[in-house]
Amino acid sequence: MRTPSHQDSPLTRFRAFYGAHPLHLLALLASFALVGYVVVVVGPPVLFDSSVWWQAIIVWFLGAVLLHDLVLFPLYALADRAVTGLLRRRRRGTPDVPVLNYLRVPVLASGLLLLLFFPGIIGQGGDTYLAATGQTQEPFLSRWLLFTAASFAISAIAYAVRVGRRRQHQHRRHHAGPRT
Amino acid sequence: MWRSPLRGPWLTSVFGAVLLACLPIVIVTGLLSYIAYGPQLSQAIPGDVGWLHLPVFDWPTQPAWLFRLNQGLHVGLGLVIIPVVLAKLWSVIPRLFDWPPARSLAQALERLSLLFLVGGILFELATGVLNIQYDYIFGFSFYTAHYFGAWVFIAAFLVHVAIKLPRLIAALRSRPFSAELRTSLDNTRPEPPDPDGLVPAEPGPATFSRRGVLALTGGGSLLVAVMALGQTLGGAARPLSFLLPRGRDMGSGPNDFEINRTAAAAAIAPADIGDSWRLSLQGGRLMLDRAQLLAMPQHSATLPIACVEGWSTTQTWTGVRLRDLAGLAGVTAPLSAQVQSLEKSGAFNQAALQANQVLNPDALLALRVNGVDLSVDHGYPARVIVPAMPGVHNTKWVRSLDFRSG
Repeated sequence: MRTPSHQDSPLTRFRAFYGAHPLHLLALLASFALVGYVVVVVGPPVLFDSSVWWQAIIVWFLGAVLLHDLVLFPLYALADRAVTGLLRRRRRGTPDVPVLNYLRVPVLASGLLLLLFFPGIIGQGGDTYLAATGQTQEPFLSRWLLFTAASFAISAIAYAVRVGRRRQHQHRRHHAGPRT
Repeated sequence: MWRSPLRGPWLTSVFGAVLLACLPIVIVTGLLSYIAYGPQLSQAIPGDVGWLHLPVFDWPTQPAWLFRLNQGLHVGLGLVIIPVVLAKLWSVIPRLFDWPPARSLAQALERLSLLFLVGGILFELATGVLNIQYDYIFGFSFYTAHYFGAWVFIAAFLVHVAIKLPRLIAALRSRPFSAELRTSLDNTRPEPPDPDGLVPAEPGPATFSRRGVLALTGGGSLLVAVMALGQTLGGAARPLSFLLPRGRDMGSGPNDFEINRTAAAAAIAPADIGDSWRLSLQGGRLMLDRAQLLAMPQHSATLPIACVEGWSTTQTWTGVRLRDLAGLAGVTAPLSAQVQSLEKSGAFNQAALQANQVLNPDALLALRVNGVDLSVDHGYPARVIVPAMPGVHNTKWVRSLDFRSG
């Protein structure tokens, strides 16, 4: 980037200093001012108000970002990379159907439901649940396990069908081969 | 470090476009829900929101399924977008670890606004998901946090759309959608390098096609949509919500439907609802026992109770029209009514009704449901039921009704 000179238009000089069009700055300032207004209306004490430090609104707001970016994402990315690497090494010499996505899909389906509905599955908040509904959270763990079992079973069947078709295909090619 | 050959402006923009279509609906239904609670009667939560609300109007009583639709959309769509939000964050996450973090003042400010954007959506989704499952582990007031959190998100969302929309349109035009749907895994190549650096410098081999990733994300959303739909529709569809509190089999009896707050939790004493129970009208100037109420003209209406949490249940209620009770109390043109429950504590042991909610012909002080007396958990001896009103305002175990003409 070259340094601005006095011959440049004000817009060019602004862009060189700021790094974007002035509208970019105005829009962002409007947005920050609105966030500031929200904080003022809520009242900062409410944002921090908690006898338990991790039950403050501000902690949950920032914690949600940190948990996603520095815990959830690294966990699933590393797990996926480990499995992908392992399967790639094991696959050498066996030109079969790659099993990777037949693992990923049921894991993600089951994982998504666990992520969304873990309170019932692990039995968290049982007292408030009972007060609201008159019931316990008893069925949810079994239901989730059954769903998980079904997901893997369906994936296994789909995988078996693919492998079977591939073998049949190879078999036919093998028998048709010498005649041509 | 970043290897996926699928990351790139096109894929990010597809996820962005889906969110751009869905989020305004989630936002508007959420803000409408605040109006439905009746801020003009000082019973919307949080109470003081300054200018942060839609124009206030009297929430209609027609159609009777209005609140059910509003909350079904808000909660259902809010759940449905979760896989898309996660996929979109996955698609842009390399940018989080950009070094140096900002090359200009513009970039530094934009990154700060992304903290409000990402923090806002994750905070809203997390608190919403916990609230519909009665898990209050967060400790703070759900209403306050979810409402103001939404405004932080709205502020960041608007500016994000303003800044990124041209890029989203350009990226979507860069690869025809239909062509991408015809591209198999073997033919999946990285997008051309982009100025934002979403496309990795050294992409690894593709293990998914782009259509595969879209199907995977869409499949996740479909799974969640089915789960959410069951509790909103109820009836035969209810078992679809098999992991949600309101996807349970409640039995087949006339009172076997979803309870919101049990009599035990509300500490309703048997003595309070026995033969000595009286309905107090106008501050006790008129006291009616249950037999007197049953002797008045009875009206039946099949109405849904819809909860802010997105679930609903439709039953046939029988009782006295609220407007008949107002007439009996000598208030021919009520402007509002105050309902008080026998429940001594609890945020919803009272409710204020608007004029239209008192005067609607289907607005009842219900004594019976599905042909039998209300069960204690459903509000015996009497409960309010008003079309399209937020579920918790249909006060149970009613102790007094006060109609106001001014």
